[in-house]
Amino acid sequence: MHRFANPARFLRLASVIQPWTAAVTLLLIGAGLYFGLLVSPADYQQGETVRIMYVHVPAAWVAMAAYSCMAGASAVGLIWKHPLADLIAKSASPIGASFTFLCLVTGSLWGKPMWGTWWAWDARLTSMLILFFLYLGHMALLNAFDDPGRGMKAAAILALAGFVNVPVIKFSVDWWNTLHQPASVTRLGMPKIDPSMLLPLLLMGVGFTMFFVTVLLLRVRLEVLAAKIRAIRLTQIHGMPGADPSGEALG
Amino acid sequence: MSRLSEIIRRDLRLALRQGSDSVMVVTFFVLTVVLFPFGLGPETNLLERTSAGVLWVTALLASMLSLDRLFLADYEDGSLELLALTPTALELLVIGKVVAHWLTTGLPLMVAAPVLAVLLHMHADGFGTLLLTMLLGTPTLSLIGAMGAALVLGARRGGVLLSLLVLPLYVPVLILGVGAIDAAVQGLPADGLLLMLGGFLLGALPLAPWAAAAALRQALE
Amino acid sequence: MDSLASYFSMGGYAGYVWSAYAITAVVMVALALLTWRGLKGREQELKELQDIIPGRRGRSHDGVAEKG
Repeated sequence: MHRFANPARFLRLASVIQPWTAAVTLLLIGAGLYFGLLVSPADYQQGETVRIMYVHVPAAWVAMAAYSCMAGASAVGLIWKHPLADLIAKSASPIGASFTFLCLVTGSLWGKPMWGTWWAWDARLTSMLILFFLYLGHMALLNAFDDPGRGMKAAAILALAGFVNVPVIKFSVDWWNTLHQPASVTRLGMPKIDPSMLLPLLLMGVGFTMFFVTVLLLRVRLEVLAAKIRAIRLTQIHGMPGADPSGEALG
Repeated sequence: MSRLSEIIRRDLRLALRQGSDSVMVVTFFVLTVVLFPFGLGPETNLLERTSAGVLWVTALLASMLSLDRLFLADYEDGSLELLALTPTALELLVIGKVVAHWLTTGLPLMVAAPVLAVLLHMHADGFGTLLLTMLLGTPTLSLIGAMGAALVLGARRGGVLLSLLVLPLYVPVLILGVGAIDAAVQGLPADGLLLMLGGFLLGALPLAPWAAAAALRQALE
Repeated sequence: MDSLASYFSMGGYAGYVWSAYAITAVVMVALALLTWRGLKGREQELKELQDIIPGRRGRSHDGVAEKG
């Protein structure tokens, strides 16, 4: 049962800090919404649509940060065989995938008024699309095995392979994009960041990150409990470990 | 080294005895490429402009066809476990499998590609680069594919899952391969892109077998 | 009221701006709620399991029998 010794400490720690991270998340996002929607001015080029930036860019940040978190946890899980690290990697990918999805959708909603089209093969959006597929592959591999432990190990290797590949993909997509940039599409450049825009952007960015931390903690707690439940059920089926194997456990 | 050639020869013998793999892969490649003129229309300019992309995308898909059986047969009949017990490193086994896979799929694709390029009216300047990109690119596909194949061993619906895992990682090969051919056709220097394609292969050469061997160890646990 | 209406119209881009915010809110709230409900569900399940098997040792066989 030493497998759960450390997660038990984690459960206690998580339930202590969780209310605080949740409160900070609400505070930061609330302030970010206030400054982003009410205080900050419209961009002189992009008009009011610039406000989409305050959800689009933080979503992109979290999408990438979640992948790094996932890859880091996967490395720890593979090298030190730390059970909690595997669970962190497993919990991070659905959150990361959600934010990648949000980044794509809000990017599309920003692109329509700015480019006149829902989708442009813009370098950043294209990289995000591939990141989304990487997340989907990770989640699919996690759940493809009857033994969840095997799924986590395989997914950890995939996460690291993807992480090594991300810079190459990013580079090649950037290069491909400069080659094929059609002249008619104006690039969705970041507007020149005015301090009045930087403040809500940073507030939302940190707020989204804290949201990620909060939900990640919740999910890891969920996974720890799920592993515990699975272990109990297994002992019910196979009898207690170390007990008489010919016992009437199944009788 | 003798162990390596032994593994390669064993896999090649198996592939030859079953006989169908290379033929099937090339047939798929030819058939799918031939479908494109029906979809796009027979207009010479359009086909010429899209030829590099069509050839490379189809080659990606064709090289994935036989991937899911790369380790599966050995895994199911237990010989993978025996091979893992021998003093030969699993990494070496993976490299042997990759070489055999490339010889039975990458190489035939490379041979078929110029013929199909003629059908697609590819500009004459592109042919040499097409062969070079295939030579540098298809081994990378086999390497990344071997890692994917090792990861999905024992998974439910492994074949479909494999394409989901591997295709996003193939993107750089596709972009660089098509880019080099297009550059050559336009009379621009393609060496830089070919070097990058080679660099990607050199990077994948140690990393992919290492990851695949780690995945195999997980599967055998 | 006029300024409020013009604020909500977002310079004519209301549909884009507000739907971007709305979908972000929906996804984030759904993510948090689903995770929360999943966690509570697991807590409940674990509690039931441990109630069936007091001390979780020795009487696991009865636990299986009761579960049917």
